[in-house]
Amino acid sequence: MSEESNPLYQKRIQIYPRSVKGRFRNLKTGILALAYVVYYLLPWLRWERPNAPNQAILYDLPGRHFYIFDLVIQVQDIFWLAGVLIIFAILLFFVTGIAGRVWCGYFCFQTLWTDLFMMVEQWVQGERPARMRLDKGPWNREKLLKRGGTYALWLLISLWTGLTFVMYWVDAPTLVTEMLLGSAPYAAYFTTFFLATTTFVMAGLAREQVCTYMCPYARFQSAMFDHDTLIVSYDERRGEGTQGRSKLGKGLKTREERQARGVGDCIDCGYCVQVCPVGIDIRKGLQYQCISCALCVDACDTIMDNLKWPRGLVLYTSENALNGKKTRLLKPKTIGYGVILTAATTVLIWSVLTRAPYSGTVEQIRQPLYTQLSDGSIRNSYEIKLNNKLTAPMTVGIRIEGLTGATLNMDGMERLELEPQERIKLLARVQIPPVGRNDSPGDQVTFIIEPLAGVRAEPIRRQVPFYTPEGGR
Amino acid sequence: MSDNTPPNVQQQSSAVQTTGHAWDGDLQEYNNPLPRWWLWSFYATAVFSVLYWFIYPSWPVGDTWIKGFGTVSYAVTDKVTGKEEEREYRWNTRALLLEDLGAATNDPRRKDMLANVRAASYDQIVKDPKMMEFVRSVGKGLFGDNCAACHGRGGQGVVGMYPNLTDDDWLWGGGMDQVHQTLVQGRKGFMPAFGAVLKPDQLDDVAEYVLTLSGETQPSEASERGQAIFQGQVGGCYYCHGADAKGLQSQGAANLTDRIWAIADVPAQKSVQDKKAAIKNFVAKGVNNTRIMPAWKDRLSPTDIKLLAVYVHQLGGAQ
Ligand code: SF4
Ligand code: SF4
Repeated sequence: MSEESNPLYQKRIQIYPRSVKGRFRNLKTGILALAYVVYYLLPWLRWERPNAPNQAILYDLPGRHFYIFDLVIQVQDIFWLAGVLIIFAILLFFVTGIAGRVWCGYFCFQTLWTDLFMMVEQWVQGERPARMRLDKGPWNREKLLKRGGTYALWLLISLWTGLTFVMYWVDAPTLVTEMLLGSAPYAAYFTTFFLATTTFVMAGLAREQVCTYMCPYARFQSAMFDHDTLIVSYDERRGEGTQGRSKLGKGLKTREERQARGVGDCIDCGYCVQVCPVGIDIRKGLQYQCISCALCVDACDTIMDNLKWPRGLVLYTSENALNGKKTRLLKPKTIGYGVILTAATTVLIWSVLTRAPYSGTVEQIRQPLYTQLSDGSIRNSYEIKLNNKLTAPMTVGIRIEGLTGATLNMDGMERLELEPQERIKLLARVQIPPVGRNDSPGDQVTFIIEPLAGVRAEPIRRQVPFYTPEGGR
Repeated sequence: MSDNTPPNVQQQSSAVQTTGHAWDGDLQEYNNPLPRWWLWSFYATAVFSVLYWFIYPSWPVGDTWIKGFGTVSYAVTDKVTGKEEEREYRWNTRALLLEDLGAATNDPRRKDMLANVRAASYDQIVKDPKMMEFVRSVGKGLFGDNCAACHGRGGQGVVGMYPNLTDDDWLWGGGMDQVHQTLVQGRKGFMPAFGAVLKPDQLDDVAEYVLTLSGETQPSEASERGQAIFQGQVGGCYYCHGADAKGLQSQGAANLTDRIWAIADVPAQKSVQDKKAAIKNFVAKGVNNTRIMPAWKDRLSPTDIKLLAVYVHQLGGAQ
């Protein structure tokens, strides 16, 4: 092994995927269309809200509110995000365990955008052979026009992709006007151009390299596979027979002829290889680059249909099925993931549905722990935080109970109007009359925070300590 | 390559070479070439780091450092005049933070609030929950910077040294106007030392009387003698503390009938004897140049003083 034979870097080998028709291609196109409609149009949807922005989906960072249709999420509900992420993670385990890399093949943004860019490429430059010819050919007018046209269209899509992303964080119509007038905030321009650049580079130039080299999910999903996991695979027994595959040559035209000579059903046409967006040969077995998009299945099915041979030379199957065993989808592992997934989803939905319209916390101020007044009474101070989560005003009342003889003094703020989505910190002082050496007024006080008008909800009760000097006074 | 050969298969065939090293007999390492874009990104980061050294402050050189070209400018508001002035600094995270603070959406809100507080009367501030919330958060910082060193973080003070600001006993008055005045001009506590004027047993009697004032002991012969000294020409205590011993706020004279002791730590003493001794000791020594609150009018802006007056008032010492 000489040094020369080990170059420091590997030049990327361009892949020219051929287009294909078939059921998986249709499924993929359907998902793609749906995803794009949602992504590009959602920010433009208006949603009437009194006292709050009228955009259906808005992640209002300065205002610290997330608006998702009728759901208004506040910063402190951020643990829901953790819940959503956990659910997605388990969902990924669950789905990968059953059906392998279907996320990669159909839903991943990288795949979706790459697919769109490839469609543009093919629309401008033509089918695979035309593209290869154009690539190898000299720089002439045609090449310049076609390449330039492709890049220009890619650039437009990229820019709109970046801009759309920003629209989720600010008012969309205002943003577009501001962007055009040059008066949008710097962050909006930066994000738009940054995302446009990454979209262009990732979907236009890097493509399958992202899935093979950059994506961490590609690296660890093999740990989620087992012998029952659905994978796209080439049926080697059928394709190769005993003598291997062979082209449709003389005396090798019909299945009978071929089988008689021990030749398999694969006619070595290479269609499955040409359509593969990551540039692998599925007939070499399961490879880590494969994103389970099943385009090779569509390709081979087309060939088989033409020959009027049965479909399924390349197919979704499992390792067990390939070895002639039964595929068991309902395994303890799958059931386990399913149970956790259902539980996590239920908890999240329950938490969202039962969230209180307002929140209140009470904290004892520990410096000083207590204050003794001139007549011997003892006072503790508390900080109360109130938060109106509604987009409507409400009135909140605060009182105390559970401490003998105690009075509450909040300088008249015991009853308070809260603006929509207002949060406020208040000071509360609780005072008890002088206590004798043997009296015990109690060492806890309960604050009751209840909505008086604007909303009907359970009062919040918070028990907090009340400190007295040791042994009374 | 033929049309059928997938590109990645080629890559793989050239990738199965090993580095030629073997560990543990048969453990070998593949020598996979890096993708070219990866390699170039790596070189680019190296170049970028060199540029970075020059643009931003970096290496120490002797007792100075490479200063870099990056600068940050931010607006500074003069505390007294309220005028804004641009300052330019070498790039550093502190200057960056100051710039961000000035540019943050919260800053105009903060300025608005400050203007509101400046314009409002004390009564208006106390009745407005939003303004009070602002006063408590800003006041906490001001108090921590300027007052907490003596009065403690929570304003609880130190008995015998610095007054407790959370109780309702105020030597100079606890109304917001009075607190304001205390802040502006400072205060100086004074009580003559009676050790030279009164005999020890007279001091005992006075201490006994003072204890009865706040209900610590029952009246006795000794306390009656003490009362005579307190109310008469010999002691003359009533000049300042008043005939009813309720004190005189204009003099900063303490109310002796309540249960709060600012200097002689009576509640902390276990026995009546010790309580008496604490009072006696204090009366004998008096106060001179030990109870001084500095004036803040030259150190804090009027707005800050106003904020602090409200803050101190809401600490619990409201009157
Ligand atoms: S081998 Fe087939 S399923 Fe895998 S990426 Fe290529 S076309 Fe898609
Ligand atoms: S498309 Fe089907 S027949 Fe053609 S090479 Fe691939 S596996 Fe063989």
